[in-house]
Amino acid sequence: MVTALLPVRVKQAVVRRRGKTLLGPVDLELGPRGFTIVLGPNGAGKTTLLKTIHGLSRLSSGHVKWSLPAAEARQRQGYVFQSPIMLRRSVRANLAYPLRLAGARQKDIAEAVEHWAGAIGLSGALDRPAPQLSGGEKQKLALARALIRSPDILFLDEPCANLDGRSMREIETLLQKAHDAGTRIVMSTHDLAQAQRLATDILFLFNGTVHESGPAEQCLRSPRTAELAAFLRGDILE
Amino acid sequence: MTRILTITAALFFAFAAQAETMKLAVTTSFANSGLADLLLPAIQEDTGLEVQLLIVGTGQALRLGEAGDVDAILVHSRKAEDAFVEAGYGTHRREIMYNDFVLIGPQNDPATAGVAENAPMAFRSIATALAPFVSRGDDSGTHKKELALWAAADLDPESFGDWYKPVGSGMGAALNTAAGLEAYILSDRASWLNFANKAGLDIVFAGDPILFNQYAYIPVNPERHAHVKADATRALEDWLTGPRAQGLIDGYTIAGEKLFTFNAQSAGAE
Amino acid sequence: MDDIWAGLAAAFRLIVTLDADLVEITLRSLQVSLSALAIACLIALPLGTWLAIRRFRYRRWAIAVLNALMGLPPVVVGLIVYLLLSRSGPFGVLGLLFTPTAMIIAQVIIITPLIASVTHQAMRDLWAEYHDLLISLNATPGQRILTLILDGRRALLTAALAGFGRAIGEVGAIMIVGGNIDHATRVLTTAIALETGRGDFALALGLGFVLILLALTVNLVTHALSRTEQEGRW
Repeated sequence: MVTALLPVRVKQAVVRRRGKTLLGPVDLELGPRGFTIVLGPNGAGKTTLLKTIHGLSRLSSGHVKWSLPAAEARQRQGYVFQSPIMLRRSVRANLAYPLRLAGARQKDIAEAVEHWAGAIGLSGALDRPAPQLSGGEKQKLALARALIRSPDILFLDEPCANLDGRSMREIETLLQKAHDAGTRIVMSTHDLAQAQRLATDILFLFNGTVHESGPAEQCLRSPRTAELAAFLRGDILE
Repeated sequence: MTRILTITAALFFAFAAQAETMKLAVTTSFANSGLADLLLPAIQEDTGLEVQLLIVGTGQALRLGEAGDVDAILVHSRKAEDAFVEAGYGTHRREIMYNDFVLIGPQNDPATAGVAENAPMAFRSIATALAPFVSRGDDSGTHKKELALWAAADLDPESFGDWYKPVGSGMGAALNTAAGLEAYILSDRASWLNFANKAGLDIVFAGDPILFNQYAYIPVNPERHAHVKADATRALEDWLTGPRAQGLIDGYTIAGEKLFTFNAQSAGAE
Repeated sequence: MDDIWAGLAAAFRLIVTLDADLVEITLRSLQVSLSALAIACLIALPLGTWLAIRRFRYRRWAIAVLNALMGLPPVVVGLIVYLLLSRSGPFGVLGLLFTPTAMIIAQVIIITPLIASVTHQAMRDLWAEYHDLLISLNATPGQRILTLILDGRRALLTAALAGFGRAIGEVGAIMIVGGNIDHATRVLTTAIALETGRGDFALALGLGFVLILLALTVNLVTHALSRTEQEGRW
């Protein structure tokens, strides 16, 4: 690694839209290692937080500071959306797309496409139109497409929300592998069992702010705040 | 897609090269006569000149000449022609030939215009009968002639009721309208004879000298518009007033009827 | 009804005998309208796409103007182009009036707003779908437009065909700026207007059927081409 992208520091970040505060103020720092699971009830600001750090949501005030200039920082991040966005092209073209944008060599692109198609079990479907894949296949493709540029950090917004158990396990395996290989992962989910399986740290969002955070072991076993405790019990928080 | 682009680009540039051409604005009535189809090839043969015809009403022909968008005009509206030359838009006016106007109407002639003594009387009987009448209404030479005939009959079209229908279109379109409405209409003889959709219409009145229709040729003044092809307009004028033109014009017939009478003065007479 | 049969018969006769005038007029129609289409697409496709993805202060105004221009009567376009290209107008020195080039210019003005507007609508939907992904992948503005144009090519083809249909069937403007000069600027539509004026409905209708046939052929060929291309890609 040439220069480090991480840590990223979020300072007094606030996102307001039409007079409503969706997020903040939020202060946090994400270090170079770890698998952070973002928890929180619906509307707590999970998606907004991920998009804000990644730079998809405009800040109303505060700032997000990477250890690299913004343009370069974006090149080294990946993002997987809750409902996968498929380019109206073949599976092959979807996988190749981020590398083409970056101006990679034809040979390198072909190799990476082969590798990742194999990793997600779509080697035989390279020439199928991506929009015709099943939900699980689409999400795996979206994940591979986000990983193909070997990002330093990967954001995932409820990637398994609409998937069957088998697709979910395949995605979790891919994520574990990426994490083991050194990719920093930040993922939101509403599935506590999944959080338990994957998390090294927990970020608990409540009413747009970070209500509690810490190592996964401690947050999930003995939450310090009443709200996280209630959330873990399965009570609905409003 | 690239192939389509290449082809269109090639076609686009293929427009460029052409023989020596000049643009002549003529009236619809002249174009509809079919005489042009006879004259143009002969002109090209004798002078090597490709004459491009712009078929418009007299009003627009004069405008095209004023703007310098054509090299010469061939029209039939004496007053407007004189004004055009006087204002310096044309170098001079040269009479070439004449044909005549005819009053077209339903075969059974409900207004009994056919028995009138002269053309203004025929018009008067239409107005009296309130029989439908289609007017060109487009400021063309034919339209101007029609207005002159109403004036000669001491009538004012402004005061007419629904039976008087100004359509604001060319001779053919106006004839189509008249055929549909079984209306009277003033037409030049050539347009009428060449008109295919005669329906129940026929010539009801003709022959009054007031109905004669003089065509004149006016070259656009090169002093006003330097790009005008003066040599070409001169060559065309010489040809139009020459013996071959005379033979073709006087000999042109449709359904056995002679349409035009050549009456150009030989060179030097003006 | 007799006129229509006579028209069909005239069309059949013209096509079967490959009437020299018909071939010339038809080729000129294609030359003029395809040239206009190519130029209009070069302007309208990027413009429509750009309007779909770019947020700027007068964007709503730009779109409203575009939609208004789409409804512009061709006769008005013809008159304005005529006045501009007239020897007495600002571009008179070019000597373009009553040439096929003048007809192309008029048609470009008529169909560019139409193609740009259809493009804008199609690209707006596609952009809404792709927006987050392209931003996330750090695509440059140029790469974004290229991606949208490539992936929206079917919609763009529809837009182009709509433009071609309007161009090839247009008569008001090209009559004014072309002058309907035989062997120089006469095209199918102006020939139809002329024959109608002469009361020769059969010939006019025959030319009309040829026009319909031509538009149909272009549509079918384009769709056939796009289908084979799709299959090749997938």
